[in-house]
Amino acid sequence: MAISGSEREAFEKQLEAYVGLDIGLEDIGKDRVNAAMVRHWCEAMGDSCGAYTDPALAAESVHGELVAPPTMLQAWILGGVGMASDESDPRDKQKELHRIFDAHGFSGVVATNTEQEYTRYLKMGDEIRARTVIEEISEQKATGLGIGYFINTRTTFRDQNDTEVGWLTFRVLKFEIAEVPVAAETAETGAPSRPQRLRPAMAHDNQWWWECVDKGELAIQRCSGCEALRHPPRPMCGECQSSEWDFVFSTGQGTVHSYVVIRHPEVPGYTYPLVVAVVDLEEGTRFVSNVVDVDPGDVEIGMAVQATIELVDDEMKLPVFRPA
Amino acid sequence: MPTTLKDQAAIVGIGETEYSKNSGRSELSLASEACRAAIKDAGLTPADIDGMTTFTMDTSDEIEVARAVGVGDLTFYSRTPHGGGAAIGVMHQAVMAVATGSAKAVLVYRALNGRSGARYSEGVSGGPTTSDLIHWSWYMPSGLMTPASWVAMVTQRYMHETGCTSRDLAEVCLAQREHAVKNPRAFFYQKPLTLEEHQAARAIVEPLRLYDCCQETDGGSACVVVSPEMARDLPNPPAMIRSVAQAAGAHQESMTSFYRPTLTDLPEVDLVARQCWEMSGLGPEDIDAAVIYDAFSSIVLWQLESYGFCKKGQAADFIRDGALRLDGRLPTNTHGGQLSEAYVHGMNGVNEGVRLIRGTSSSQPAKNEHVLVTAGVGVPTSGMILGQI
Ligand SMILES: [Zn+2]
Repeated sequence: MAISGSEREAFEKQLEAYVGLDIGLEDIGKDRVNAAMVRHWCEAMGDSCGAYTDPALAAESVHGELVAPPTMLQAWILGGVGMASDESDPRDKQKELHRIFDAHGFSGVVATNTEQEYTRYLKMGDEIRARTVIEEISEQKATGLGIGYFINTRTTFRDQNDTEVGWLTFRVLKFEIAEVPVAAETAETGAPSRPQRLRPAMAHDNQWWWECVDKGELAIQRCSGCEALRHPPRPMCGECQSSEWDFVFSTGQGTVHSYVVIRHPEVPGYTYPLVVAVVDLEEGTRFVSNVVDVDPGDVEIGMAVQATIELVDDEMKLPVFRPA
Repeated sequence: MPTTLKDQAAIVGIGETEYSKNSGRSELSLASEACRAAIKDAGLTPADIDGMTTFTMDTSDEIEVARAVGVGDLTFYSRTPHGGGAAIGVMHQAVMAVATGSAKAVLVYRALNGRSGARYSEGVSGGPTTSDLIHWSWYMPSGLMTPASWVAMVTQRYMHETGCTSRDLAEVCLAQREHAVKNPRAFFYQKPLTLEEHQAARAIVEPLRLYDCCQETDGGSACVVVSPEMARDLPNPPAMIRSVAQAAGAHQESMTSFYRPTLTDLPEVDLVARQCWEMSGLGPEDIDAAVIYDAFSSIVLWQLESYGFCKKGQAADFIRDGALRLDGRLPTNTHGGQLSEAYVHGMNGVNEGVRLIRGTSSSQPAKNEHVLVTAGVGVPTSGMILGQI
């Protein structure tokens, strides 16, 4: 449970003090921009641009000499293997900010996006340094990962002449890690069960219909008084108020009356994008179910479809439609 | 005993909490704060309240709120079902209570943690076997279980029949966002929206895109309804209730009336509209501004047609030249609506209707003689017309 009330207020006040702060440390490139590191990068990235690795081609290019790939910008100031250790400079305001989040229960961290802009191509021998500012801390957000805050930083890169050569913004989410259930349910075999679709609730007025489905039939209720077909089933006929009824089996032939393509949210047990249609059955009633084995873009109103009864997960049978 | 509800009651106080994505407190706390604010705005004390009404979906019992707010004896309390369809249904209850003398001052409220608590976007699922759950059981197995999916089904057919496009839906969103940008209560305060952004946003359930769908909000809204006589002695300008009505239509299901001869028909909205006009003696031409229930952009279009602002199937043409904007024919959802202010099940819209009559909206149209306020679509629904006292 995320902090609230006066505790949250005090916490957010504390965060405010960090907005606009330089993190206090300058990152200085360990090596000047050099051909060996550029070549390693290009090999790793599969970038065969001659201007980066072939002095002869580079000399003929618009650059007139070897240059570094712009996207390498951040690589010039990274700290190397040492970055992986937990030790950090006590003057680092960004780490200090993260520790405050940790102490208030927001111990999760995930990078969400970065933007970069390059002012000029870097040349061999350039010396790169960078400073980082904490630009913005968002209001509290409820995200898919949990309650948390987004932190935006902006890093500005400069060369040996103190001229800006590019910048990058980086956004991370500090979030409260959701409690995970102790043990997932397992089937009797001991194997983890895969998510299943939501089951219909069964009661007197609809159970018979699902029993027909289990036998492979798409049933339509029929009034014994006036022979009107009706769906969904109900205990009395709205036309003649008879409580007597039986049912007929549909041929499953129909046309799409309307449909949707569901993309969000994704519920476990279903496959997305998920097409659901209201279908005019040839008997005259309508029925709502999935249209399968079709590109969602190809579904249209008026399209002929045919229902078949099939397993839609490990156990549940459902009439589903395919283009006829 | 009156034989009409016309001019039998007025809204004299409105109140609300802040609207957020994570209130960090209980729904009872939100309801209590909104109620206290509404009583204060009315210039009354908690002891003056003798009636309370809310939604069946509200988790805060009338008597719990009453104890928290300091309301004493109650002679009227009731609940209205069908989610957002109840937004004016609760007003109908309050007006009937005041008109019949069952209560002198009725507190109407709705509060929910719609984002940090139970989210409607998560859809329906299991629970006790009621007729309601049996109803949802026709849709859960195929995965049609969120409000967006049910409304999208009708929207798809509507677009097919009328030629309305996603860009037409966008005009509803853009007009309302233009209002929200000026409203400090709004989630999208100072955050404009462009047609390009609307079109580029991800689809939630095709044909509905992200900005066609309302907010999910933590917050509460409340108002106080009293007799016109009592209203005249209170500090703020009252919003007189010219007419108020509820209706369920033939072949009605809750959100999934897919079996009507014409899928896109909304007989319940037509019936509320007819009652509103007949009771008030007014017509669409008399309405200066509107608060039209907007859980999704498309349902605004359908209501414009049902209330007779344009012919059936022609709402896209009606709004295309900016009818819903501040200088348009019918400035609509001037608070930003539920798409851009907050989703409080339509009760924040009731408060905006009162502000429009008072002349205090952050997007105030020049003319404010009469304001239409409506409720949820796809469910049994309700509506009212507010006027000057
Ligand atoms: Zn019959």
